[in-house]
Amino acid sequence: AGKSKVDDEVLDNLEEVLVTSDVGVNTTLKVIERIEERVAKDKYLGTDELNQILREEIAGLLSETNSGEDTEFTIPEGKKPYVMMVVGVNGVGKTTTIGKLASQFKKQGLNVVLGAADTFRAAAIDQLQVWADRVDVPIVKQSMGSDPASVAFDTLKSAVASDADVVIIDTAGRLHNKVNLMNELTKVKRVMQKVVDDAPHDVLLVLDGSTGQNAFEQAKQFTAATEVTSLAVTKLDGTAKGGVVIGISDQFQIPVKYIGVGEGIDDLQVFNKYEFVDSFFK
Amino acid sequence: MFNNLSDKLDKALHVLKGHGSITEVNVAETLKEVRRALLDADVNFKIAKQFTNTVKEKALGQNVLTTLQPGQLMVKIVKDELTQLMGGDAEGINLSGTPSVILMSGLQGSGKTTFSGKLANYLKNKKTKKPLLVACDVYRPAAIDQLHVVGEQINVEVFSDRGNNDPVAIAQAGVAYAKANGFNVVIIDTAGRLAVDEAMMTEISNIHKAIQPQETLFVVDSMTGQDAVNTAKAFNDILNFDGVILTKLDGDTRGGAAISIKSVVNKPIKFIGTGEKMEAIDVFYPSRMADRILGM
Ligand SMILES: Nc1nc2c(ncn2[C@@H]2O[C@H](COP(=O)(O)OP(=O)(O)OP(=O)(O)O)[C@@H](O)[C@H]2O)c(=O)[nH]1
Ligand SMILES: Nc1nc2c(ncn2[C@@H]2O[C@H](COP(=O)(O)OP(=O)(O)OP(=O)(O)O)[C@@H](O)[C@H]2O)c(=O)[nH]1
Ligand SMILES: [K+]
Ligand SMILES: [Mg+2]
Ligand SMILES: [Mg+2]
Repeated sequence: AGKSKVDDEVLDNLEEVLVTSDVGVNTTLKVIERIEERVAKDKYLGTDELNQILREEIAGLLSETNSGEDTEFTIPEGKKPYVMMVVGVNGVGKTTTIGKLASQFKKQGLNVVLGAADTFRAAAIDQLQVWADRVDVPIVKQSMGSDPASVAFDTLKSAVASDADVVIIDTAGRLHNKVNLMNELTKVKRVMQKVVDDAPHDVLLVLDGSTGQNAFEQAKQFTAATEVTSLAVTKLDGTAKGGVVIGISDQFQIPVKYIGVGEGIDDLQVFNKYEFVDSFFK
Repeated sequence: MFNNLSDKLDKALHVLKGHGSITEVNVAETLKEVRRALLDADVNFKIAKQFTNTVKEKALGQNVLTTLQPGQLMVKIVKDELTQLMGGDAEGINLSGTPSVILMSGLQGSGKTTFSGKLANYLKNKKTKKPLLVACDVYRPAAIDQLHVVGEQINVEVFSDRGNNDPVAIAQAGVAYAKANGFNVVIIDTAGRLAVDEAMMTEISNIHKAIQPQETLFVVDSMTGQDAVNTAKAFNDILNFDGVILTKLDGDTRGGAAISIKSVVNKPIKFIGTGEKMEAIDVFYPSRMADRILGM
């Protein structure tokens, strides 16, 4: 009693849980194979043990790049200003995540400057302005339709002049298959380096937690255009699980840093891979 | 290695064809590939399973095993079945009211505000209507400004009430304003909301009851994964919506969510969004969508 066989039924159930969490067939099969290998010797084990193995295996896919131990919003020492550029497809939560991050950094006593380099979407600048007012940090902006690279340039100049600690540049949402828009992003990045030669220090790709397998292509194309260095997964306060990031983190070796869990200013958390995996089974 | 469903089907059917005498077992093996490809296209897990069962029955019923080119017949069965699942011919919008009231609903960032503008523009230019846009998102930063910018772009008036925090009251006032001022279509933009947010779901239900729209539309991002069924079902349970709008199809997503949503709520997909600009709207064609999901 208390022991259950890791048979086809157990593995089928596991497959269903993972696939319905958007983990994707490839990564799911990878996880299942690893579990099959581990239980090959001891075919009978309790559900608790199976869950533990599963947790370890999935966390293993994330482990190269995620310590899973950070609980604080930190920025590395020695870069001043520390420049972040936030990218992603339309409507995923870039601007909101920037507002939340600015709030976290400000709480630590850091001087934050926001750059409104989405000059395209209707009222995008107004939206970032509302966040800047909420957090009470300065924003650098130009008029709608102006060159985003020029806004980013101005923002960095201003940040350097005011001795700011952190700069966060908002960019317009763009689908990764639009070559011109992706080139524009590369240009924004390049122009920043005229002010701070190793900027941006962090390129944060925001993924919507309800997105399915297309997120792979997003990660691929944004990485090609801007060398993405970290991921944020938003909207995990809903029923979507965001499982696609496991395969993305594994394949592209990019850490997941933050998760969005609501629309409020404090609804941002540092990513914890164990809690993330556990959420699939709730 | 295989980028799309048609490649995968080709491969799977190759296996099938390779056998001198094809058995039911071979078909099952092939359908496993079909199912996997559907999952890669973000078709919901359960629905992909159901779908392959149906295809299997059809395939056996049509004696796919005895035809000279079982592969071609299988592709045809799969495509026909997908097309049928996604609905018949393109369905329009019910414009019978005076004014006709259209309510938008959906998750955060799905494209409601943008689509409200596109639809207003479409009805104005293609159906010679006089639409009014109503700004009922009182939460998202600059949501009202966004709708005003959209309205200016297409030269359509926007009704808003910045001091008012009650979306139900704003919606009602908007409809009254339309009646008094000769608008014959009213498009109500609402805040994005999660299906699990009870207060927000109650709010949209209250808007719905108060204005009794001719059309309630559920706007969904075509990149959505497995969760599409949960969300569509939850919104449908509350609103019994009339149609689905699939946005951001200018991307390269396969869009399997379209099948999942259609199977679970059985409501027509009416329009698609194909870009950020106001002209980027098209009616929905099930067979084109089937091709897309199949990568054909
Ligand atoms: N529930 C929930 N909603 C979120 C979260 N993050 C962002 N949102 C909402 O998602 C919608 C889109 O967010 P934005 O920050 O405007 O997204 P964006 O990526 O900047 O969008 P574009 O600039 O148009 O590409 C807004 O309604 C946000 O309030 C989250 O973690 N949870
Ligand atoms: N490429 C593309 N972008 C789209 C499409 N429809 C909307 N968008 C973009 O998606 C983002 C979100 O669109 P919105 O109209 O603000 O979405 P929403 O549902 O009103 O968002 P909330 O009010 O925050 O819930 C914006 O950047 C839009 O420009 C589309 O069909 N294609
Ligand atoms: K969740
Ligand atoms: Mg934005
Ligand atoms: Mg909106």
